[in-house]
Amino acid sequence: MASTVWRVGVACFHRATDVTGRISRPTSRLRFSTSSFALAERLFTKKHEWILMDKEEGTVGITDYAQKALGDIVFAQLPDPGNEVTKGVECGALESVKAASEIYSPVTGTVIEKNVAAEEKPQLINKSCYKDGWLYKVHLSDPSELDALMKEKGYDDFVKALQDEDH
Amino acid sequence: MSSLRRILQKYGETIGPRGFCRPNVKPLSVGVSRANQTAKKPGKVAKETKPKATPLYDFHVSHKAKMVDFAGWQMPLLYEDQSIIDSHLHTRKHVSIFDVSHMQQAIVSGNDRLEFLESVCVSDVKNCPENSGQLSLLTNEKGGIIDDMIFMNTSRGYLHIVLNAGCAKKDMEHLSRKVADYQRSGKAVQIAFLQSEERALLAVQGPEMAQVLEAGTSDSLIKLPFMHTTLTTLFNFKCRITRCGYTGEDGVEISCLAKDATPLCETLLASSKGKVKMAGLAARDSLRLEAGLCLYGNDIDEDVSPVEAALSWTIGKRRRNEGGFPGSEVILGQLKNGVSMKRVGIVSSGAPARQGYPVTDQEGKPIGKITSGCPSPTLGKNISMAYVETPSSKNGTKVNIRVRNQDVQGQVVKMPFVPANYYHAKGHVAA
Repeated sequence: MASTVWRVGVACFHRATDVTGRISRPTSRLRFSTSSFALAERLFTKKHEWILMDKEEGTVGITDYAQKALGDIVFAQLPDPGNEVTKGVECGALESVKAASEIYSPVTGTVIEKNVAAEEKPQLINKSCYKDGWLYKVHLSDPSELDALMKEKGYDDFVKALQDEDH
Repeated sequence: MSSLRRILQKYGETIGPRGFCRPNVKPLSVGVSRANQTAKKPGKVAKETKPKATPLYDFHVSHKAKMVDFAGWQMPLLYEDQSIIDSHLHTRKHVSIFDVSHMQQAIVSGNDRLEFLESVCVSDVKNCPENSGQLSLLTNEKGGIIDDMIFMNTSRGYLHIVLNAGCAKKDMEHLSRKVADYQRSGKAVQIAFLQSEERALLAVQGPEMAQVLEAGTSDSLIKLPFMHTTLTTLFNFKCRITRCGYTGEDGVEISCLAKDATPLCETLLASSKGKVKMAGLAARDSLRLEAGLCLYGNDIDEDVSPVEAALSWTIGKRRRNEGGFPGSEVILGQLKNGVSMKRVGIVSSGAPARQGYPVTDQEGKPIGKITSGCPSPTLGKNISMAYVETPSSKNGTKVNIRVRNQDVQGQVVKMPFVPANYYHAKGHVAA
């Protein structure tokens, strides 16, 4: 209907939950296929999430473009530690006054930690989306998934193209 | 010259050089969009249906609005210098201007105009005092709501009505057909739909509205209570000012010539009498929800009746006795015997309730569905409207809302969620 034209992504949610609560840590050292990894470079998805690797763990957040598009974030629902998340599948939601937007996990793995501060004070995600407003940390089950993500330059070009379409 | 145009000119209603759209001539040619001719179009919708531009399109762009397609119009969602919450709270505290030129204005004239309007809506139009009006509902034969509208019974021999943009096409077809039927039965009624190239509509809403406008009107706004209208000049621009709105605040809607819309907005924004800012559709939606006002297409549609929508108060007392409006048998029967579902307000905690989310009772039994919802910037709680089974519609009833496979707790409450701040002009008489 007319009224919902400008609303973004109030979607059906399919949650990939696993509530065993156990966080398994691999015994062997993971082999990373991306050489840029050692430099701890942020990688980006087309859904505007980023991931920053530190050894086997990745910290996930949303990009500046995403936080601006959402506007004031008033509610954050983040995946709990122990939850299994799947690449490209919704694992939580960020809500502004106008809409609920899904968080799509950039990688498959097990959640190690969520940013409780961001859940308690969701504005933190607007204020500091690359640092204090991170969303969750994940232990990757298949690090080769990182190969498909964009580097900063690629993502910037992608956003520029999107903005060009918008105007 | 058409008789209608003559009436309007005689009484000084502002019409542009090209007049307005006569329904029997070119009923749907409303607004050739300026943006279509010049500006770059948004990629997604450009090919199929070209979204139309209001007379303020360039003004919005130059004020850094984020433009979106809404009901076939390019409208500002919000402006870059304010977040939705900022804009919302600014309106509650100061005053905001909303471009609502996308809404369909129409003029109904002829000696049988009051009787005609009663034949398509639920209100007691005949007993509506001059220069005042009401929120009314156009109903269908099933008792469903075709659209909600504001009508004003002007003292100048015609009714001024404002219809929803999203319903404009079907409303114009519906009303043109009804007018033609009426004319065939020998009655005197005409309808003219104002074109957006000719006429703009601005909503100026917020507690500082009166002090900002007062500086530019000869008629004092003290004499213009809520739901009253006057044809006047504002900062030397001819316009119709109607005290009404969609925010719950004291406010007006100003119908002016399209060419005057931008200079009028600029004049109001430059006011030293109040803090005036532009506001977009996003704040308009959260404001109207706090005010408990329905959004057509979300909260009301052709499948719900005024009784189910908790809008029975729009049905005139005399109309309840006499009937004679479309769907009156169904609607009057419902008034007498009750309905199985009702629109209610719900306040909830946790994740915000949104349109389409299921509502259950505390045992988990489905009892209804959310039709609109958002986190309330004023209250800091989640507010929503829902249709629920009548036994669960009492204030205070505890309900659960299913949000992403989890239940959040809510409670049925009286609306508006935020008390209205309308101006009722106690001790003053309308001009």
